[in-house]
Amino acid sequence: MTGTWISTRAWLLMLPLLVVMTAVIGWPLIDTVRLSFTDAKLIGTEGGFVGVDNYARMLTGSNFQRALITTTWFAVISVAAEMVLGVLAALLLNQKFRGRTALRALMILPWALPTVVNATLWRLIYNPEYGALNAGLTQIGILDSYRSWLGEPGTALAALIVADCWKNFPLVALIALAALQAVPRDINAASIVDGAGPFNRFRFVILPYLAGPLLVALVLRTIEAFKVFDIIWVMTRGGPANSTRTLSILVYQEAFSFQRAGSGASLALIVTLLVTILAVAYAALLRKAAGAS
Amino acid sequence: MSKSIRNALIGATLVGAGFTGHAQAETTLNALFMAQAAYSEADVRAMTDAFAKANPDIKVNLEFVPYEGLHDKTVLAQGSGGGYDVVLFDVIWPAEYAANNVLLDVTDRITDEINQGVLPGAWTTVEYDGKRYGVPWILDTKYLSYNKEILEKAGIKEPPKTWDELAEQAKAIKDKGLLENPIAWSWSQAEAAICDYTTLVSAYGGKFLDSGKPAFASGGGLDALNYMVTSYTSGLTNPNSKEFLEEDVRKVFQNGEAAFALNWTYMYNLANDPKESKVAGKVGVVPAPGVEGKSEVSAVNGSMGLGITTTSKHPEEAWKYIVHMTSQETQNAYAKLSLPIWASSYEDPDVTKGQEELIAAAKRGLAAMYPRPTTPKYQELSAALQQAIQEALLGQASAEDALKSAAENSGL
Repeated sequence: MTGTWISTRAWLLMLPLLVVMTAVIGWPLIDTVRLSFTDAKLIGTEGGFVGVDNYARMLTGSNFQRALITTTWFAVISVAAEMVLGVLAALLLNQKFRGRTALRALMILPWALPTVVNATLWRLIYNPEYGALNAGLTQIGILDSYRSWLGEPGTALAALIVADCWKNFPLVALIALAALQAVPRDINAASIVDGAGPFNRFRFVILPYLAGPLLVALVLRTIEAFKVFDIIWVMTRGGPANSTRTLSILVYQEAFSFQRAGSGASLALIVTLLVTILAVAYAALLRKAAGAS
Repeated sequence: MSKSIRNALIGATLVGAGFTGHAQAETTLNALFMAQAAYSEADVRAMTDAFAKANPDIKVNLEFVPYEGLHDKTVLAQGSGGGYDVVLFDVIWPAEYAANNVLLDVTDRITDEINQGVLPGAWTTVEYDGKRYGVPWILDTKYLSYNKEILEKAGIKEPPKTWDELAEQAKAIKDKGLLENPIAWSWSQAEAAICDYTTLVSAYGGKFLDSGKPAFASGGGLDALNYMVTSYTSGLTNPNSKEFLEEDVRKVFQNGEAAFALNWTYMYNLANDPKESKVAGKVGVVPAPGVEGKSEVSAVNGSMGLGITTTSKHPEEAWKYIVHMTSQETQNAYAKLSLPIWASSYEDPDVTKGQEELIAAAKRGLAAMYPRPTTPKYQELSAALQQAIQEALLGQASAEDALKSAAENSGL
């Protein structure tokens, strides 16, 4: 068998998939690009060509800049917290103790819940009149009176980040736990004999095995956090005073609530571009990491 | 043997064909409703069952979404080629729906009998540019509910007639230590906040638009927001109001944690229902107050109508369904959570019995209903105003500055 035949066969085998991908991703993407240069409405008019007007208006508008900052905060803090929590949970669940299997299974639960359910659950926990968080904190004396967690700009985004972390750290933990199984026991044992403390053991023995898989988790989570929509839509709809309005919510508002399909499309493409830049940067990092190990 | 099998097969085929034929004669309508305030989901299902019984050849599929999703769901379905035959729409949407050809013009379908029987003010709910895009179904405005027991304890004899009186009474209740924050509103970043604001705008004699341009940043529009801010910062208003929707207001009021609450018709009978409420039997209702020298009472037009989409393949059946849902008979039978659109119903003892107080408030409130602006760009205007209200409440901007930037961002 020649190389060309293998290559041809590979393409032939991939053909059905490529056709489907082109139909469900490629065509909508091309159509979105076309829309983004028009002033089309969601219903009613097809719209005329307006050049780069939509892009210029979106990029210079204060709404976009504010939403970009909100989104960045949300993504950076929630992903960082999820990575730390995930690794800690994985290290814990890698220890031998009674009930470990049950706990490992339980940990998946938040991640397995649909986001809308998770968001509704947290909205109840944060409820300013009868929420569990208020009740708990006042009963142990940390708070004097009930607070409106989702009604204050200072706490609303933080409250959303906590809810998002609770849902998504299990994914990181799962990936880290799988990676931990690859750490050879003899090296770990040898480092203990050599007198390495827990921190050094983690830093020099365990972390090198975790780095690659964690980078994958980081890429996945960052991209998802950057696109966040449902958890925020259910919990605050972007409020109070738009302090939790992320880019995806802005896209939704522009394209669907205000029905400006044209400028909505341009905004969606800007977000896509930002996510692509992130993905490419991470891919480069991944290659570098792979090369190093 | 084989003959009997063949006969059985033929028989089965015929029976099958019979079923198929029957299924083809049946028309299926898809209707979109909301699960929030006004008629409950159970009420809508019961009304629809009565229709199905009378029209066995028409099947109606019901779908319920929260109010916040009603507009977007309707528009999205329409944008992707349809899906619903009958949709519930808010008084603020006919302009946009008409401009984008979402609803059928049903002006010619409305009979004289319907035309004359329905309260004249109710028709404004479905009208744009002289045409009617449906039939009003929920005739609603925000009333001021009060807890009689708390008012009595505070030594207050009469519920407030002006917004200033409301503030004074709330202060008396707060000062006596009866409640920390006596007033509850729905000021979440949503349309609900605009309804409360509009009520106050109507009380202060304000205007949203003046010859198409925003006019709410001064005069009555500014007075209205200033009232909200003062009430909020002085602690007379429950600070959680800024994340409340109507159902949250109802829960707070039903738990006896509010002396006053601004809410739709439906709250009155639910809050007086011992199964639902801790304050049953203690609930009073009056029209939202006025402002001395400017208004006697105030009210927002929060009515909603039922319309036929332009993509519906069964407009005749859809119209039949709407006529049933909006009929006086149907509305009188379910007049506890939403009051009828029919003028004569308000004198019908079957309707008024047990809710005389609500009917009395409705007669004055409904007559004073003030519209939110009629413009195809309403959604943008509303989003800008929602932001302004919350910024002013949170102290991020003065009421005047917040309203000025809302006027700039309104797209008008």
